[in-house]
Amino acid sequence: MSLAEKPKEPQSAGIPDEWFRPLDKNGQDAEKVSRPSLSYWSDAWQRLVKNKLAMGGLIFLIFLALLAIFGPIFSPYSVREINPPNQNMAPSAEHWFGTDELGRDVFTRTWYGARISLFVGLMAALIDFFIGVVYGGISGYKGGRADNIMMRIIEILYGLPYLLVVILLLVVMGPSLATIIVALSVTGWVGMARIVRGQVLQLKNHEFVLASQSFGAKSWRIIRKNLLPNTMGPIIVQMTLTVPTAIFAEAFLSFLGLGIQAPYASWGVMANDALSTILSGDWWRLFFPALFISLTMFAFNVLGDGLQDALDPKLRE
Amino acid sequence: MLRYIAKRFLIMLVTILIIVTLTFVLMHAIPGSPFNQERGTSEAVQANLEAHYHLDEPMYIQYLLYLKSIVTFDFGPSIKQPTSTVNDLLGRGFPISLELGLVSVIVAIISGILLGIIAALRHNGIIDYAAMAIAVLGISIPNFILATQLIQSFAVTWKILPAATWSSPKHMILPVIALATGPMAIIARLTRSSMLEVLTQDYIKMARAKGLSPYKIVFKHALKNALMPVVTILGTLLAGILTGTFVLEKIFAIPGMGKYFVESINNRDYPVIMGTTVFYSAFLIIMLFLVDIAYGILDPRIKLHKKEAE
Repeated sequence: MSLAEKPKEPQSAGIPDEWFRPLDKNGQDAEKVSRPSLSYWSDAWQRLVKNKLAMGGLIFLIFLALLAIFGPIFSPYSVREINPPNQNMAPSAEHWFGTDELGRDVFTRTWYGARISLFVGLMAALIDFFIGVVYGGISGYKGGRADNIMMRIIEILYGLPYLLVVILLLVVMGPSLATIIVALSVTGWVGMARIVRGQVLQLKNHEFVLASQSFGAKSWRIIRKNLLPNTMGPIIVQMTLTVPTAIFAEAFLSFLGLGIQAPYASWGVMANDALSTILSGDWWRLFFPALFISLTMFAFNVLGDGLQDALDPKLRE
Repeated sequence: MLRYIAKRFLIMLVTILIIVTLTFVLMHAIPGSPFNQERGTSEAVQANLEAHYHLDEPMYIQYLLYLKSIVTFDFGPSIKQPTSTVNDLLGRGFPISLELGLVSVIVAIISGILLGIIAALRHNGIIDYAAMAIAVLGISIPNFILATQLIQSFAVTWKILPAATWSSPKHMILPVIALATGPMAIIARLTRSSMLEVLTQDYIKMARAKGLSPYKIVFKHALKNALMPVVTILGTLLAGILTGTFVLEKIFAIPGMGKYFVESINNRDYPVIMGTTVFYSAFLIIMLFLVDIAYGILDPRIKLHKKEAE
């Protein structure tokens, strides 16, 4: 550009004329941003893609979800059909993960277990999301007395030991898929509510909220349209980290005899049933559910960490 | 400071009251009376029994009696083991659980902090990555899964360590590793990140400029501030370790409180379930309170900024 701008003066006489090239007519676009502008989400996505560990976790989870949905369909064995002659067979070409003490195919049951474990985790995260967002949003946006009272309630609930309350509820309600999810959600939403409230508290004094208010928008509309979209980053991270907590809790409850009841089996139930086989050497019974619980929790944890880095605008360079 | 403690204390009392009330409500939500099963008792005996346990009184009287029994630390008899009261079971089991829990807490804190410091000092080096890989694995592998795999390798395959019971220090190794690994990983990650933050601050540069040895800088100047976030999660970690003892005691056949608790869940021994829950919850809530107070004392900023920080 500097070359082109220079007026033709005697000093430049030494430069042959053919070195000068006329500016392209379209050259007015020199200031135009050549790359497409990045939205918050595409920027976050680009940074997530660079995080190999997090992407590995994401790919594993997609793969797992596909197997959970389609795995049992392709398997020739049924999840509950009992087949005594085949009991406790080691992994082989017919039974990739071996069979259990009732002759059921562990491979098939593992994907059924994935369905239940993932379902419990995702439902718990979703319920936490809805309660936490509404509660935290109202508490943070209203402020003042309402916030004060709502925060005291949260402080009290936060002090309750999570798993003990869950155990208590399940003893009374009886273990089933629905009651486990309900029990996990009773106190699980508190963390989400705290995060949403903190974010809303920070955001609500910004001008764009004032602008909305001056247009006469109702509180709930402002929370929904203005505040929540700006807090989605931390909310998504929190949800990603809730799923492994719920999967852990469900498996833990299975070990206490409060898991999903037969004939269905979550990974926790499978691992618990297999406990007695440690000493007999039927390692596959315990190994596969244990492996998948751990891998799934690992995948969610690294994905959550990756999302945290990717979605935090402060870390943007 | 006093105001802060008083406020925390009040919240603690309300929380305990809520868990006590919750157990009461849930206990009465279970259909049927404890005495109408299999025994085939006559109406008169049944009425007498109910009168003896105040089951014929109105609900609020029962509630007050229940509160009184909790305050006087009397959790009543076990239904399934008629010779023991819940207090007996707690007296027998709790010391063992406490031992397991305490050893695990200490192991987790010390090893977690050390791991975190080493990782922070070798930031982005191989040791850092290795330490953080261990930490993420530690968070991802549930303690009961780790326990089963430890038994499988150390006790069954290699036969170096005993698989179960609680009779010598050697028996403690596997359960403590299983229980301490998760919290250790969390502490290590926290220590590392807050240590990295602290190490960039001016007073550390100053200490370095004065020519202090790296050892002194880390342990005398940096660590004190780097550990503040760790203190805040101690309460949650204690809760995790405590509930972790339930399954680990089952897996390792340790005769602690968790074993009785799991048994009581499996044969629906309600007084034991309720008593244990109330006892453990109160224990945890008090711990949480102490952690909060400790945090308030350690960090003088907390008094002023507590509200905004939330």
